[in-house]
Amino acid sequence: MTVDKLQENLGLTYLCCEDIAPTKEIDGCYCGDLLSWVMSRAEPGNIWLTVMGNINSIGVAVLADISCIILTENAALDEDAKKRAEENDVVILTTHKNAYQLASEISQII
Amino acid sequence: MEPIALHYEVSGTDFTCAGEASGKIKKSLKELGFPASLTRNVAIAVYEGEINMVIHGGGGVIDAEITPECISIVLADQGPGIPDVSLAMQEGYSTAPDNVRQLGFGAGMGLPNIKKYTDEMVIETEVGKGTTIRLKVFVK
Repeated sequence: MTVDKLQENLGLTYLCCEDIAPTKEIDGCYCGDLLSWVMSRAEPGNIWLTVMGNINSIGVAVLADISCIILTENAALDEDAKKRAEENDVVILTTHKNAYQLASEISQII
Repeated sequence: MEPIALHYEVSGTDFTCAGEASGKIKKSLKELGFPASLTRNVAIAVYEGEINMVIHGGGGVIDAEITPECISIVLADQGPGIPDVSLAMQEGYSTAPDNVRQLGFGAGMGLPNIKKYTDEMVIETEVGKGTTIRLKVFVK
């Protein structure tokens, strides 16, 4: 499944790089907010559920080959993080749901 | 292929710049056609090193040498040094301050991650003088 299909299915809202979502293939999902932990454990292609919307999260997503970031519980995306994401083609979405709720929905469709 | 040498300077105060060197090294390896898994491993190890330089080392320099057989990285800072390397290598052990933890760092995974994603890791450190970490990732 690609990120655009995930967005349609779950009613997520794009914050960044909607245009490249159809090119991002999903393979699994990872939840976490400690960046080194995520970088060490997340697999390439994972959807990443987090509340960390800072510029370093973008670095982690790029280096770990994450398919997209979903900010849960309407967590804020910093302006400089958005800019870095646009420069590096990182798709970011947002939802009011928490990580547990969203992950359980994701598990039903991927 | 002639060895390719890359050199980067890492700011000691600016978290927003951390990730630039690792991002550029990743891009170079990708463009040179190295396998995606190797490229990812090298990039993660360098990123952890960059973050350590910002949090603890007061900045530093990163040198990479790329050959078809091996990626060699040297991360050098002139920070406070590591008093107990075996403790620092334990997952979960961290001396990062609270403001750094609020950014999502300080999980105590930095050095363990570097070891996990490289084939060779040598730490040279002296309290009060600084730390140099030498890494190798072999192309299999």
